[in-house]
Amino acid sequence: MSPRPGGPRAVRLLTLAGLVALAGLVGCTGEGRDAPPGVAEEEPGEWAGDPGLTGTLTVFAAASLTDVFTELETRLEVANPQLEVRINYAGSSALAAQLAQGAPADVFASADEAQMARLEDDGLVTDSDVFARNPLMLAVPLDNPEGIMPPEGRAGIPSLADLITAEMTVAVCAPEVPCGAAAAEVLAAAGLRDAPDTYDDDVRSVLTKVQLGEVDAGLVYVSDVHAAGDEILAYAFEESSRAVNSYPIGVLEDAPNPAAARAFVDLVLSEAGQQALAAAGFQPPP
Amino acid sequence: MSLSARVGVRRGSLALDVPVEVADGEVLAVLGPNGAGKSTLLRVLAGLLAPDDGRVAVDGSVWDDVRTGTHLPAHRRPLGVVFQDALLFPHLSVAENVAFGLRARGVGKAERRAAATTWLERVGLAGLGDRRPGQLSGGQAQRVALARALVGDPAVLLLDEPLSALDARTRLVVRAELRRHLAGFGGSTVLVTHDPVDAMALADRVVVVEEGRVVQTGPPDEVSRRPRTDYVARLVGLSLLAGTAEGTTVRLDAGGAVAVAEEATGPVFAAVRPESVALYLARPEGSPRNVWPARLVGATPHGATVRCELDGEVPLVADVTGTAFTELGLVPGAEVWATVKASEVAVYAR
Amino acid sequence: MRRTARDPRIPVPLLVPATVGVAFLVLPLVGLLVRAPWSSLGEQLSAPGVGEALRLSLVSATVATLLSLVLGVPLAWVLARSRIRGRSVLRALVTVPLVLPPVVGGVALFLVFGRQGIVGSWLDDAFGITIPFTTTAVVLSQTFVAMPFLVVSVEGALRAADARFEDVAATLGADRWTTFRRVTLPLVAPGVAAGAVLCWARALGEFGATITFAGNFPGTTQTMPLAVYLALQREPEAAIVLSLVLLAVSLGTLLLLRDRWLGRAAG
Repeated sequence: MSPRPGGPRAVRLLTLAGLVALAGLVGCTGEGRDAPPGVAEEEPGEWAGDPGLTGTLTVFAAASLTDVFTELETRLEVANPQLEVRINYAGSSALAAQLAQGAPADVFASADEAQMARLEDDGLVTDSDVFARNPLMLAVPLDNPEGIMPPEGRAGIPSLADLITAEMTVAVCAPEVPCGAAAAEVLAAAGLRDAPDTYDDDVRSVLTKVQLGEVDAGLVYVSDVHAAGDEILAYAFEESSRAVNSYPIGVLEDAPNPAAARAFVDLVLSEAGQQALAAAGFQPPP
Repeated sequence: MSLSARVGVRRGSLALDVPVEVADGEVLAVLGPNGAGKSTLLRVLAGLLAPDDGRVAVDGSVWDDVRTGTHLPAHRRPLGVVFQDALLFPHLSVAENVAFGLRARGVGKAERRAAATTWLERVGLAGLGDRRPGQLSGGQAQRVALARALVGDPAVLLLDEPLSALDARTRLVVRAELRRHLAGFGGSTVLVTHDPVDAMALADRVVVVEEGRVVQTGPPDEVSRRPRTDYVARLVGLSLLAGTAEGTTVRLDAGGAVAVAEEATGPVFAAVRPESVALYLARPEGSPRNVWPARLVGATPHGATVRCELDGEVPLVADVTGTAFTELGLVPGAEVWATVKASEVAVYAR
Repeated sequence: MRRTARDPRIPVPLLVPATVGVAFLVLPLVGLLVRAPWSSLGEQLSAPGVGEALRLSLVSATVATLLSLVLGVPLAWVLARSRIRGRSVLRALVTVPLVLPPVVGGVALFLVFGRQGIVGSWLDDAFGITIPFTTTAVVLSQTFVAMPFLVVSVEGALRAADARFEDVAATLGADRWTTFRRVTLPLVAPGVAAGAVLCWARALGEFGATITFAGNFPGTTQTMPLAVYLALQREPEAAIVLSLVLLAVSLGTLLLLRDRWLGRAAG
């Protein structure tokens, strides 16, 4: 099962991927308020038929949605050439904090319900729908230094305790962020509270440490495992069903572009959106 | 000969090639205008700059030899240097400054302290050892710098314009003291200066360097009485006239003639001291043998006298008293007559 | 009465931007003070982990500063005084951490000191030492990010210092090392002190490289900035309190040091 390719070339590629991923995270903070030139100057006389959606749509989305939402963004823009979609990807907590401080946005897609609840309490969002679920998996570096694998001769999904021990170097998210809250729950259920060696601020940061081979294992979302492709090994485990993060999406009360916002949410909930999410490893809502 | 060197340095527009020979106890002044390469020469002797050509030897040991690739770094040369701005270490006390060289050479604390005290006494600064350099006057600082350079009993003492940063009065006092210390110093001293007074007062021998070359060498009074270049002549305040002598007449290369008292033949210099030139508004009566019409082109007050630069067939510099200058009503551009007695003109072979 | 004849008033073209500058720098601090939950301050401060994170921050930033001094001052000397080839390239390389996003710096540190890294794998094989996720990793992250500040300011001080003093020392028999210790270093001491302060402050605030390379574990690698950032995710008020503690301690330390330095300079 566990292949050991691990040559220097592979390591270098992983490294590069990690750097790019991190640089992306660092860079994704800007969100424009101004419509690009040309879009604002609507001249009704020129419309031949259905004007479609216009203006700028600003979406605040959890970092784990990067791949899927970028695909959906393109789809919406192709269907509506006059629409400019901007997506701000970051940790859900950070996004919720930004929105609570008045950041202008049309749509918020969170990686957990707690952050959405925070905005609903503040009256910033009145209605939200769960559009996907994302259980945790155990990610392991390709060279698998600790030889982590399910116990032989046993059918079914193993327990997390069968895969890792407290002695291993394990990375998880910090309990303050959604993936960390879930990690804390599954670790407690498996009796492995002491296993983590670092509580990262972000699930991508955990993934990077796994990709670099600097930890023996890390708890990440299924969607991250999909995104990482064959750069890591990954194991499902029994306890993950105890803490499955639900992803809610909602239109902001003060959305500058409510029509486009509604269209984006509808696209995410549509069959096409659900297929894209499934392809990225997300599970459908219950 | 204690210090024996020939120093060649090529750097940008400067092409320095200067032989230097200084006996034990002798003081050699290197006199020259700014940019002549004096400081470069000093840096080579100090070991702060490697020469491109030549050799430096002291008491038989070779400090630099380009041909054999020998270069003794500055800190291994037994020498002392006094720089123009004293350059006392600002973070050390006066006594620590004086003792710095001894400390660098591993001399014990008690001995260092004793030596610093002795030397501060010698330069007249007893009791100031605990001060900071910032609390000293310019003259005091330069005295400390001298003590610092001499405390290690160096074989060679190098002085780089040691008095030029001082005001006129202090310079006079420090110059006299420096003269006393140099007289008591047994090693070789090289003094670099552009001030002929320093050279005359302090040196046993003078080397005049212009554009990297030695243009004149000799005892100070010889150099000052018989300059061989306009630069030295101007420095010592002489008007230098080049010509060819025939008996008691010198026909000048630039035209005109000068009557002299001593007989000579062949190419000579005729040198005229400014104070021996007299100025008149009208052609003077009597029969002085040297009378020339001239035009006043510049006048600078010089103590009680005014130094007048004259242009004409024979260019001269004249010193007249301030009173005379005013009474004659001289202004730049004025036409005057200049006279010099033949006996006041020095003549010597070129 | 008047100490100088110079007009004591600040010219308006300088005064206005200077005032705006002060406001720009100080108002966010005022904002923190206004929003701080003063009533629950004691409770927030006594929360477990706060003292630990503060202690770790102070210790690691100080060790990182000492390490930066040991390595950075000689490096600055080489940049300012030596005539080695490729000096300008070297200078550019040294300042890379200033422009590199710290998170990327943390990944780069993995590549060198990580388990799979060039040096790290050797340390692991030869001595069984692993650096990531330890306090050592915190210090390395902070040093990596903060040392350029020290190097740049010490190099500036060295360039501004009068090199003729070094010539004097040489003619008095001091070799270059003695000259460096007894003359150069004392002369640039104020520049070294300023660089060390900058370095310490930067190390104290370090976040990105630390959380990447050292991770975040209470007691061993969770410094104040990490604690602040994570608190911000859930309890912004707690984050403000932690920030204020960090600010108060760092300002206090710097003022204390400044007084001591000034006292020494005057005496």
